[in-house]
Amino acid sequence: MTRSVILATATRFLVSMILVFSVYLLLRGHNAPGGGFSGALVAGTGFALYAISEGAQSVRRAIRIDPLWLVGFGMLAALVAGLAAAAAGKTFLTGLWWTIAEFNGREIVLGTPFFFDVGVYAIVLGAILTLVLALEEDLAADIKED
Amino acid sequence: MSTHLSNHHIHLAARLSGLLPLALFAAALGLVPGIMAGRSYRAAVAWVPALGVDLSLMIDGLSLLFVLIITGIGFFVSIYSVDYLHGHARTGRFFFFLHAFMISMLGLVTADNVIALFVFWELTTIFSYLLIGFEHEHEKSRKSARQALLVTGAGGLALLAGFLLLQIASGTYEISQMVRAADDLQAHQLYIPILVLLLAGAFTKSAQFPFHFWLPNAMAAPSPISAYLHSATMVKGGIYLLARFYPIMGGTAAWEATLVLVGGFTAVLGAFTALGQTDLKKILAYTTVAGLGIMTMLLGGQSTPSMTAVLTFLLVHALYKSALFLVAGIIDHQTGTREIARLDGLARSMPFTGFAAFAACLSMAGFPLFFGFIGKEIMYKGVLAETMMPGLAAAAAVLANGLMTAVAGVFLIRPFLSDRVGIHLETKEAGIRMWSGPMILGMITIFFGVVPEFVGRVLINPAVKAIHEPSKYVEFAIFHGINDPLALSVLTLGIGAALYVNRQRVNCGVCAVYRAVSLDASQLYEHVINAVAAAGKAQNRILQNGSLHRYFFIVAAAFFMLTAFSYVRGMQGFFGISITMPPVEQALLLIVILAAAAAVVMTRSVLLAICSLGVVGAGIAIVFLTFGAPDLALTQLLVETLTVIIVSIILLRLPSLGSCDRRGRGRMFCDGALAAATGILVTTLMLTVLSSPLDRSLTEFFEKNSYLAAHGKNIVNVILVDFRSFDTLGEIIVVAAAGIAGFALIRRRRYNS
Repeated sequence: MTRSVILATATRFLVSMILVFSVYLLLRGHNAPGGGFSGALVAGTGFALYAISEGAQSVRRAIRIDPLWLVGFGMLAALVAGLAAAAAGKTFLTGLWWTIAEFNGREIVLGTPFFFDVGVYAIVLGAILTLVLALEEDLAADIKED
Repeated sequence: MSTHLSNHHIHLAARLSGLLPLALFAAALGLVPGIMAGRSYRAAVAWVPALGVDLSLMIDGLSLLFVLIITGIGFFVSIYSVDYLHGHARTGRFFFFLHAFMISMLGLVTADNVIALFVFWELTTIFSYLLIGFEHEHEKSRKSARQALLVTGAGGLALLAGFLLLQIASGTYEISQMVRAADDLQAHQLYIPILVLLLAGAFTKSAQFPFHFWLPNAMAAPSPISAYLHSATMVKGGIYLLARFYPIMGGTAAWEATLVLVGGFTAVLGAFTALGQTDLKKILAYTTVAGLGIMTMLLGGQSTPSMTAVLTFLLVHALYKSALFLVAGIIDHQTGTREIARLDGLARSMPFTGFAAFAACLSMAGFPLFFGFIGKEIMYKGVLAETMMPGLAAAAAVLANGLMTAVAGVFLIRPFLSDRVGIHLETKEAGIRMWSGPMILGMITIFFGVVPEFVGRVLINPAVKAIHEPSKYVEFAIFHGINDPLALSVLTLGIGAALYVNRQRVNCGVCAVYRAVSLDASQLYEHVINAVAAAGKAQNRILQNGSLHRYFFIVAAAFFMLTAFSYVRGMQGFFGISITMPPVEQALLLIVILAAAAAVVMTRSVLLAICSLGVVGAGIAIVFLTFGAPDLALTQLLVETLTVIIVSIILLRLPSLGSCDRRGRGRMFCDGALAAATGILVTTLMLTVLSSPLDRSLTEFFEKNSYLAAHGKNIVNVILVDFRSFDTLGEIIVVAAAGIAGFALIRRRRYNS
């Protein structure tokens, strides 16, 4: 497949925005449409676009770690978020909340469900990247052999 | 990714690994005075309180005897294995399995709750499987491991069913409470089913006829494992179970007749077969079968002598048999063979090992002043005291013991004392770590044989008391005076000598019998395994032939049939369905979606198909949006986008779609019909759902609690990560597994080609 200049230029510009948007979706998820799953899909789309345009190797260089590690990290985050409640003597996966700041008379709270959502994000993104990169490399190798 | 411990560290850890069983042994010894004084120790923690299952452990005399055997022999086996496995690549794994097994076995013999007992029981099965298959490069190891797993695992399931019935009949999971309900249980209508299931568990584990075939095959395991699991401890799990449940289930005619007949037959069969073997470990395996048969037969009694005999012989057997297995391992390790015909004169080149073999064999043969003699005297007292068929039991015991005496001769005389092939000239004694274990076990055998009253008082009688309230303890002594047991002992030695001299002829007879009738269930086992494999292949051919088209058709057809079936069965007529015309903008959207779907099916251009697919997805997302589900719409849109990208990675590199489609007209018609039928069914279902009133109680709960309890305004997300986060946990595990599996599939294609 020949490299498209338009795709390459647009991708470079778009991917950074897509990734920022993905984190934005993750963070706002608890109060508005979004969340870990949607955020991960957006990030996965961004990286997939990058892989099509620049090749799987560029994506690997950019993310630095093997996407399977992301899957593992996500599983760990989700389990830790669940076990924190167990450690506090509550049922596994019960949400624990801490007030971290006050702002205009409103409490800003942070809870274990957020870490759980981060786990979801990491697992979904890791799984998507694992598959997309493996597919891309596999097919690229096929073409080289032809 | 993985951290490698250096060989040095593993070797050091292996050397120190004997400390664990030694410490446990010392701790168990500390309980001896209390147990002798008639106390028992109990500890419990709630495990599954909702089901009334506690992890409760109890140590009484019976448990303590087993604990001492498990930890004591475990210590020698740990030390021995350091040299036996020296330089082996999987030493670390071996010691992990060995000690994990030991802990499971300790759990088995101390559990008071039957569910806990079952869990430990299965753990020993699993570690036995892993250890038999330790040399998994050899197909024989793998096959033997699988056989042992399936046979004892099936027995384990029967045992679980038996335990559940026991709970129904007695109202408790605790063994110590079942004992109190023993009379009611024996009169209960479930008594016979429970008995059958418990015996299935015990007989498979303790290799009783007709399930005994797995034990000789388990000799594929390394020798220290055979010594530990398959003679001294795990195979006695079934004996432990029978002894433990003797006060609850024992003493009935069904119990006694089954145990005496099965045990007696197993004893004679095992001993006869042992005599014809030429491999040292096979000889020992069949005598183990015989020994377990004798114990089972003795448990069919209900007198103090019978119970004393079981537990004495248990200890006798554990001592001499583990020593002999360790000796066989040394011989294998030093000479490279276990074939009797190739061994000779080892007593000269291996004096320490020779001494251990000498002591253990004489104990097995039951010579006076060895512990085996004491065991045999009490055994004869026990069989003569059976209520059911004492004559038959005594005959079986004498015959089996006579055969074992002859087998002891086979094991000892030629390999150690004769001088024929000269292998001893080039054989050296093993290292001290290897011979010290069997040597000490051999010395204990002699020591116990000289001070039987001490062993009886400290170990055996407290164990007897745990399962049988004796009116008068059996007297342990070297010489009881001239009586029936002594006469039988002398007779046994005579029979043994005669059998040894005529062993070739006996063996021919045994072989002839084996050729005439199949004396175990191994053929049945093979048939079942082959049938399962054949069924698997057949269903693979039909259902999983590698064609994605076929898979999709099957999935869709199954979905259609199951859903249509339950829909039609619960149908109350179509009258409930009301169709209202959608507003214009939705109708337009519908037309766009339909047109795009038609384009996907009809086009030959890959790019057009992908884009049309995206249009269908986006259209559905807009439908969600118009019905006020922004989260769903967002997710749908994102999934759709990602799908388009992934599909384009693959499809854009394939040739045009038309050339891929080689379906005939009939096939295409079938596919079309299925697609249409499924679509109509789903639509009908949706309309039916819509025409029934909506239950809003869940929605109301979430609306009310989402912000107050979970600090979130987006109900969908709060449900996902908080209220129903356990479901989400399951889903993300599926996502992770699917990612890893897909990755493996993609990579595998490359490696295979």
